[in-house]
Amino acid sequence: MFVSRISRIGVGMFKQLGRGLCTSLCRTGFLQTPYVQYWQPQFKTQLESKVFLGTLFQKHHLFSTTASGSDIVDGSEGKETISVTFVDKDGEEKNLNVPIGMSMLEAAHENDIELEGACEASLACSTCHVIVMDVEYYNKLEDPTDEENDMLDLAFGLTQTSRLGCQVIAKPELDGIRLAIPAATRNFAVDGYVPKPH
Amino acid sequence: MLKAHQGAEVDIIDRLLTPFGLVRAGVAPDHPETKIVINQFTRVVQHERCSFFGNVTLGSSISLAELRELYHVVVLAYGAESDRDLGIPGEDLSGIHSAREFVWWYNGHPDGKNLNPDLKSTDTAIILGQGNVALDVARILLRPTTELATTDIASHALAALNQSSIRKVYLVGRRGPVQAACTAKELREVLGIKDLYIHIKEVDLLKSSEDEYSQRLSRLIENLMSVLRRTGHVAGVHFEKTVLKGAFLSMNTSDGLGVGPGKQVAEGTGKFEDLDCGMVLKSIGYKSVPVDGLPFDHQKGVVPNASGRVLTDALGDQTLLEKGLYVCGWLKRGPTGIIATNLYCAEETVASISQDLEQGTLAAVTSLPKPGREGLLQLLDDEMLELFHSADGKR
Repeated sequence: MFVSRISRIGVGMFKQLGRGLCTSLCRTGFLQTPYVQYWQPQFKTQLESKVFLGTLFQKHHLFSTTASGSDIVDGSEGKETISVTFVDKDGEEKNLNVPIGMSMLEAAHENDIELEGACEASLACSTCHVIVMDVEYYNKLEDPTDEENDMLDLAFGLTQTSRLGCQVIAKPELDGIRLAIPAATRNFAVDGYVPKPH
Repeated sequence: MLKAHQGAEVDIIDRLLTPFGLVRAGVAPDHPETKIVINQFTRVVQHERCSFFGNVTLGSSISLAELRELYHVVVLAYGAESDRDLGIPGEDLSGIHSAREFVWWYNGHPDGKNLNPDLKSTDTAIILGQGNVALDVARILLRPTTELATTDIASHALAALNQSSIRKVYLVGRRGPVQAACTAKELREVLGIKDLYIHIKEVDLLKSSEDEYSQRLSRLIENLMSVLRRTGHVAGVHFEKTVLKGAFLSMNTSDGLGVGPGKQVAEGTGKFEDLDCGMVLKSIGYKSVPVDGLPFDHQKGVVPNASGRVLTDALGDQTLLEKGLYVCGWLKRGPTGIIATNLYCAEETVASISQDLEQGTLAAVTSLPKPGREGLLQLLDDEMLELFHSADGKR
């Protein structure tokens, strides 16, 4: 239950804590409690949260001032979000409101979308591969780092507008972005030879 | 399986006491991010409809036939625990190990404990092969042990590496850099290690016209080539034509020979070169091990299958299937691929199982309740009893 007290202060912290919880609750679907609870701020427990958050942040090397803390807690409900649409391998669409600063992988897990994240956003796999459906949106993204490219190059169904979901962070310019989750291809070899990694 | 079938009970059986296979035994200790997937695996094993049975060996603790009696569906996913052979004289000289055994050794795999590789009597090791396993092994041999000390490397390996006199490692391949099976991330990593100098011969970076074709199509290869070419280091790896301990290996050219891109075959040129060394690690590929009662394609080293359904005969009728028997992972496709590859492979096999259930191919099998977990426990108990008796001297 302590989870619900945590307000989103920084992406970093969220990634650390949220990742583990998100993936277990959303992907496996074992628990019955709706995950939406996570986001509802507990106004009454602001003070407690801050103390609690303070200790947590020490652990995670993140800093939180009381001022920013209250800002975020107050503004949680009305915090800026962008609209993101996920299209799964069967063509089904799901529209989400994703808070600015959250990665697409986290957003997917928050909303029970089946996007794998085996390495939990450490740039050590390609399982969160998504395809940006409109090239204009793709161009609005920052260039992938060498590390992301290395992983992306091993992804299946790679396209010119492919990115790793854990590296695409929500920002206002991406409002309305559509992301497709690639279908597993039977043909494991990309067109042309790719040395099989092993 | 658990997700696809709400009533399914899944038992995972492993010959080791611990689960998760290659994630524990194959991923190098200095790659902890790759092991994060253990979190996901752990959640699966903790599922209420899932159980893990360690220390149960297929073929000795239990036979395949017995397993198929006990369960409606048996999926074999035991990978590839053997190695391809070079097939050259001198292969069994001492000081020559397979990279797989070496990896088991530094990862603390129970079967690798007694390898005792001699790292003190030589300063040079040669690794045959240029895949990621070869790079892993080279890196562990040469990485400063202060860095290794903070990883989960096996303590006996760390102790041995602390005393190691190996300072030079050659990575040798028959073909060119375009055919090398290593990936950009690993190469980039090795180029960035402190006090580690990488050498490559410029001539080895030349591409043939066949290579050109592959390169235009693959961003991966471009990345790789740019990593190799970057100045600042004398960059690259010794892709060298070599000879070991008196045995001769021939040189290569990759000259296409009219086959598909990347499938170029090495051909001898008659030029030879010697390299002294005290240790050789073979990293030319893994091989799966067959089991009694399991159809096996010895040529390809995999279980013959159609989308994961085991075929009765590797070469014969492709429609004859072994009911209730499926295969997944390296045992199904051969020992290549990354975590994502196996993810999709698993999805395909589960789709086949689901399809068979729906279409009633498994119906005859599923209409009869099977002993399943209970039966397995019973069988193992009986076995323990037998062992106990024979230890007593009563048999």
